[in-house]
Amino acid sequence: MNTSNIPVLIPAVFMFAALAVPMVGLWKRSLSIYPALLASLLAAWYSASGLMHTIEHGAVSYHLSGWVPPIGIEYVLDPLSAFICLVITAVTTVVLFFSRKIVKFETPDKEMPFYALAMLLLMGLTGMVMTGDFFNLYVFLEISALAGYALVAIGDKRAPVAAFKYLTLGTAGAAFYLLGVSFIFISTGTLNMADVASVIHLVDHTVPVMIGLSLIVLGTGLKMALFPMHAWMPDAYSYASSAATALIAPIGTKVSAYVLLRIMFDVFEPGYSAGELPLAQIVGYLGAIGVIWGSILAICQKELKTMLAYSSVAQVGYIGIGIGLASPLGFIGAVLHILNHACMKACLFLISGCLRFRLGHSWIPKFEDSLRITMPWTAVAFVVAAISMIGLPPTAGFFSKWYLALGSIEQGAWIFLVVLLVSSLLNAVYFFRIIEKMYIRPQSEEMIKAQEQAESPTWGRKEAPWSMLGPVMLLAVSLLVLGVFNVWIVSNFIEFMIPIGL
Amino acid sequence: MLELIQGHYAYFFLMLLFVIGLYAMMMKKNFMKKIMGMSMVQSATIMVWIVAAYKHGGTVPIMDKSIPVDNPDLYINPLPHTLMLTAIVVAVVTLGVSFALVVSIYRNFKSLDEPTILKRMK
Repeated sequence: MNTSNIPVLIPAVFMFAALAVPMVGLWKRSLSIYPALLASLLAAWYSASGLMHTIEHGAVSYHLSGWVPPIGIEYVLDPLSAFICLVITAVTTVVLFFSRKIVKFETPDKEMPFYALAMLLLMGLTGMVMTGDFFNLYVFLEISALAGYALVAIGDKRAPVAAFKYLTLGTAGAAFYLLGVSFIFISTGTLNMADVASVIHLVDHTVPVMIGLSLIVLGTGLKMALFPMHAWMPDAYSYASSAATALIAPIGTKVSAYVLLRIMFDVFEPGYSAGELPLAQIVGYLGAIGVIWGSILAICQKELKTMLAYSSVAQVGYIGIGIGLASPLGFIGAVLHILNHACMKACLFLISGCLRFRLGHSWIPKFEDSLRITMPWTAVAFVVAAISMIGLPPTAGFFSKWYLALGSIEQGAWIFLVVLLVSSLLNAVYFFRIIEKMYIRPQSEEMIKAQEQAESPTWGRKEAPWSMLGPVMLLAVSLLVLGVFNVWIVSNFIEFMIPIGL
Repeated sequence: MLELIQGHYAYFFLMLLFVIGLYAMMMKKNFMKKIMGMSMVQSATIMVWIVAAYKHGGTVPIMDKSIPVDNPDLYINPLPHTLMLTAIVVAVVTLGVSFALVVSIYRNFKSLDEPTILKRMK
């Protein structure tokens, strides 16, 4: 296979799949999942082979339709973008495999639009990761955002309101980003990221460039749901259908975080965006506030999906802390947390989907110890994912926090260290609350009366079908594997991604 | 100060428009007014690019024997205009999606007023 074409192949595969899904779906609606699943698998394979290739031979650049950059659009595949693409496509493949039954159950007759929109969303996200051009990034950002709005709106009665809130804020974020790019374009006269990076030191003391970079950080922060700009996220995630949430939540915000890393440390020099302008520090402190705030609000929630959405606000804050440290250890922590959080959050949202599929609700006060008998494997997977979210070894969540803590100690940023410790305790509060209900709380009298059969619950009677349970168990096992092999991942992959001069 | 305003008054107006749009998106209770504010924000962003590309005395970038090629000040940069064609398309699509959502909200809640809808969502 010709590896020089990989950068453009990954978005192109999703683009053709977005066209293939309606064609297949019009002919036979139940078959519309298969093109989507095939495209995700193909893109995951391309990303994996691209990652191996770039680790050995360095970055691959693809010139779209043969125009040489700075004039043409350039697609770049370097270790970081290949890694993020691999995370996105792998998690998506698992979620799509899971979603076959639950999409039929929650939104009947909507399979074809759901999978077509999912493909468009992934095309936008992978394009954002691959592109090396500021305006092309804006176009891909809008493609993924529009598909995301529509996916959120396919839900219950309240979903359109949440989607509307998401739409207004997301559009504002994109407009901020475009305004920032306009200032940088006025100052440098080019839109190619590598080209901007080579000439930016001539103009980086001027006011327009400072304002432009600040506006770009503001726009991507809105898309990433950093602390003061997170208002759209909990509603959008809790009212959307389970499959849509499991698709958007693990990967949607991570790509914006990647764009932030790319622009702050690759296009601009780290000494500028973390030294002259204290933007990285601002992102770090906002992330730290978001960690505490999101965790406290998650404790107050009574619905599993809403709780997980607030916990997403907190987990994005960890990535913000990693950016704010502006050191190699902080960078490692942020990238590792992107990977770990994608797996953890996908696992937890899939579990909430299983609960909705079997119990018809995910209302936390109604959980009791019959769950551990009727859905044993789901409960085990939940415990593993919860321990990973809290950050106990040997699960994956511990190690990204470990690198962040090491980075905080190295930089002398004691506030971040305190925030990491306190947030772990808060995470423990809201996850152990559910584990306690699942394993210890006896069944109440009303619940026993409500069940028609008087006998005790049988083992595994309510377990989800294997096509839903398989992905959940796969993700739960992958959390343990990622935790055990984290040093191998860091030394073999993430070491090559650290920007020069960090 | 006067020279600054004389040279950049278009930018001042556009930033004012941007801020007015943001205010409408955040403070207005009616969903249609929020959409108007969103449209203002997008229009202001598009206009900033167009104004930045303008040169006094420049002309369209098409080969003409009577205009020398060696002086770039005589030609206007076409790149921002072409980029903004794309951005206009994106803005129109976003407006379409937002109108579709508003129609769906009205069918579900029989109102477009935010406090009323939040009350009925409970």
